[in-house]
Amino acid sequence: MKNQFSIRNAKQSDFDAIIALDQFGPKGDKTDYWRGIFDHYVRGGRKDRLFLVAETDEAIVGFIVGEVRAWEFGSPPCGWVFALLVQPDAREMGIGKRMFDEISNRLKEAGVTTVRTMVERDNKLTMSFFRSLGLRTGKYIELEKTID
Amino acid sequence: MKLNKASLFALFAVLELASDPERQLSTTDIAEKYDISTHHLAKVMRNLVHEGLVQAVRGAGGGYRFAGNVNRTTLLDVIQLFESLSSELDVPNQWSHAGDPIIVELQAITREIDDLTKSVLDTVTLATALKSTRQRAETSAHGTDATAPPSSTQRS
Repeated sequence: MKNQFSIRNAKQSDFDAIIALDQFGPKGDKTDYWRGIFDHYVRGGRKDRLFLVAETDEAIVGFIVGEVRAWEFGSPPCGWVFALLVQPDAREMGIGKRMFDEISNRLKEAGVTTVRTMVERDNKLTMSFFRSLGLRTGKYIELEKTID
Repeated sequence: MKLNKASLFALFAVLELASDPERQLSTTDIAEKYDISTHHLAKVMRNLVHEGLVQAVRGAGGGYRFAGNVNRTTLLDVIQLFESLSSELDVPNQWSHAGDPIIVELQAITREIDDLTKSVLDTVTLATALKSTRQRAETSAHGTDATAPPSSTQRS
């Protein structure tokens, strides 16, 4: 794996590559999910909806998706990152950090000063990664229950 | 959460050594820098060596060197060598059991708190802690004193 990579906006033609890459994420048939994400974040061409990919000479090795959301949960406009993945054999090259830095810059250009994400508490690797980038527990707490 | 002295001394030592893995420091070097008991720190260092987080280098100019992985070792890895972070309910030995349902509920709540505490400490790596510490030191050097601990975190 070469250490050279670049970050660019995702294109419609990346669809199959993203589906293939997503096999390293949570399991399940997510074709419909990704179709919706591409409709919303690739085709729209809006600067507050962002879908970026990391690409080497050979392939797409990572992606990050996020957007500006406003007034959900009573929150003023804020950047959210809700998908991030780097292919396992392309990790520890700084790709995740570069993608996160890039989407943070774009979110800032879109007018927000905070970026948020949500991580499963037991996912130590991902949680440690975000903490290494300076993220800390925010002022909202996720609550849930099983519906009887 | 209350961290005991051994955990705090261990974090001083581990972060100090991890900030430059090539460097060797003696117990006295570390104790003098942080103005803490050499005797107490020596006991802590033996524990850290036993757990493989630091390595004792023998001979003249010998001392301790960091032997962990800054990107993998977390604050919890260090703290757990010296204490359990589980909350405790000070339940009397003899009582009527009328309070049992309340105790069970309180145990569920403290478990939720403990899980969060551990999740935070187990995802801050030494590298992350060192980076944040340096940033605080830089901020403080530029005016606002972000390094001065509030009174509740001062040494007793």
